[in-house]
Amino acid sequence: MTQESIKPVRVGIEGIFYSLSHVPDLVRYGSKPLRELRANPALATELAQRLRDFSAATAYAPHQVYIGSIAPEKLRDLPKPWYEKLIEGATAQGRFGDIVNEDKFYALLAGADQFDLVSFDDKWFQAHAPGDLIGRAPRLRSLNEIQSVCDKGALPLCSGAQLVGAFEPAHAEDASLAAEVLLENLAAKATAAHSLRLALKQLALKPDDIDFVISCSEEAVGDRYNRGGGNLAKAIAEDVGCGNASGSDVKAFCAGPMYAMVHGASLIQAGVARKIAVVAGGSLAKLGMKFESHLRKKMPVLEDVLGSFAVVLSAAKPNQVCLRLDSAAFHPVRAGASPQAMAEFLVEKPLARLGMKLTNVDRYGVELHNPEITIPSGSGDVARTNYLTLAALAVMRGEIQKHQMEDFVRARGMLGYAPTQGHIPSAIVYLGHAMEALQSSAIRNALLIAKGSLFLGRMTQLSDGCSFLVDRNEV
Amino acid sequence: MQKGKKIIAIGERDGVPGPVIAECLQGAGYEVIFQVTECFV
Repeated sequence: MTQESIKPVRVGIEGIFYSLSHVPDLVRYGSKPLRELRANPALATELAQRLRDFSAATAYAPHQVYIGSIAPEKLRDLPKPWYEKLIEGATAQGRFGDIVNEDKFYALLAGADQFDLVSFDDKWFQAHAPGDLIGRAPRLRSLNEIQSVCDKGALPLCSGAQLVGAFEPAHAEDASLAAEVLLENLAAKATAAHSLRLALKQLALKPDDIDFVISCSEEAVGDRYNRGGGNLAKAIAEDVGCGNASGSDVKAFCAGPMYAMVHGASLIQAGVARKIAVVAGGSLAKLGMKFESHLRKKMPVLEDVLGSFAVVLSAAKPNQVCLRLDSAAFHPVRAGASPQAMAEFLVEKPLARLGMKLTNVDRYGVELHNPEITIPSGSGDVARTNYLTLAALAVMRGEIQKHQMEDFVRARGMLGYAPTQGHIPSAIVYLGHAMEALQSSAIRNALLIAKGSLFLGRMTQLSDGCSFLVDRNEV
Repeated sequence: MQKGKKIIAIGERDGVPGPVIAECLQGAGYEVIFQVTECFV
């Protein structure tokens, strides 16, 4: 089969918006810091000393790539360490993303809260809340009252060393409605809603234009009888004012966003929905996941941001960047869990189905974890490992010579730049840059490949994965 | 020589998964008492 004989099945990608919420004072509530600080409270002082301020987080090169201000291909030419060699003149607004400071994040959190879970010190909130408050008015209390609810078990919300608010549990005996869990869930809702609001604004769409929302966030919403019951999607749709939309969630560990994109595109192709938003909020549990390694290396705690994104899909238009639904590939049960099998089923086989070779793909979007976060903890350079696996596959297929592997990686890959937020780095993070490169004809196509660690849930030993090609609808 | 030696196998998703390590070691005569695959990102 040749590329020319294939009739492509395309669904349009109208646009994508990415956001990072910089929340240094919530790092202590990440799963790893929470455990370690309970075991060793003295660590709190050291952790506080290694947290970045907003200007340092904004001027951090990987974050500038994330919001679309710097092309990912340029990252390898920037001096390291990136956390010291900050980008001069960097701003929090990128071409397709933004960075939100902690005060604004707190306001988003309060606006998304329908159950008075979160409350703030009246004086602090009046002085720091942004002018463009969205959603429900926050519950305000005196500082004494805030201290009192924290003494009774609410999570303290801080701004630096100052206590500014409290986050209360919704049920005294239901672990699924504990303050830590609800904060995680509400943070995912608030950040996803923010990205969707900005995506719609960027595309000059009204919330009512959306008729279905798919959330692929990494939280588990529900009470003790429905842990992980979900449909955060509908809560996000409501928060953004998508009155005509319903929604549902797609979960697949880090591969969730890629599955959500395929599900959304399929609903459009089938005529079930006309305009779909695929959204994900940030993973609070992953804040400070590798903070101990960062402290040992005397570097800033770099996992201090919540990542989120929102994509809008609709029927393909001429010259639009599209998801090739006929390229969508999944990792079957029988494939086994090795990285080679993953590459075979997510890359080799779907490309062969389209009459393409690995070298016919101009750019690969893999799991683009920022190596500056992962290498100090011994987790290696995840993106590079993935690119080398692809290059090795190209050698095995006789498409390139062994000595050309580095060229393959350089030409078709990039350095990782995403925070270790699980679902965010997993290929979807590259879609914004891929769209720009496709629109400017810098590339002809890109293959996005995500993997999911299903075994972490102890229900199967399997890994998982999903991939699809994006290209331009040249008709 | 390996017979009776006990092994804990910890695999990695992007490297060699736990069950693969376990299978190889069992074939060599080790007793795998626990195996797990982890994801380090």
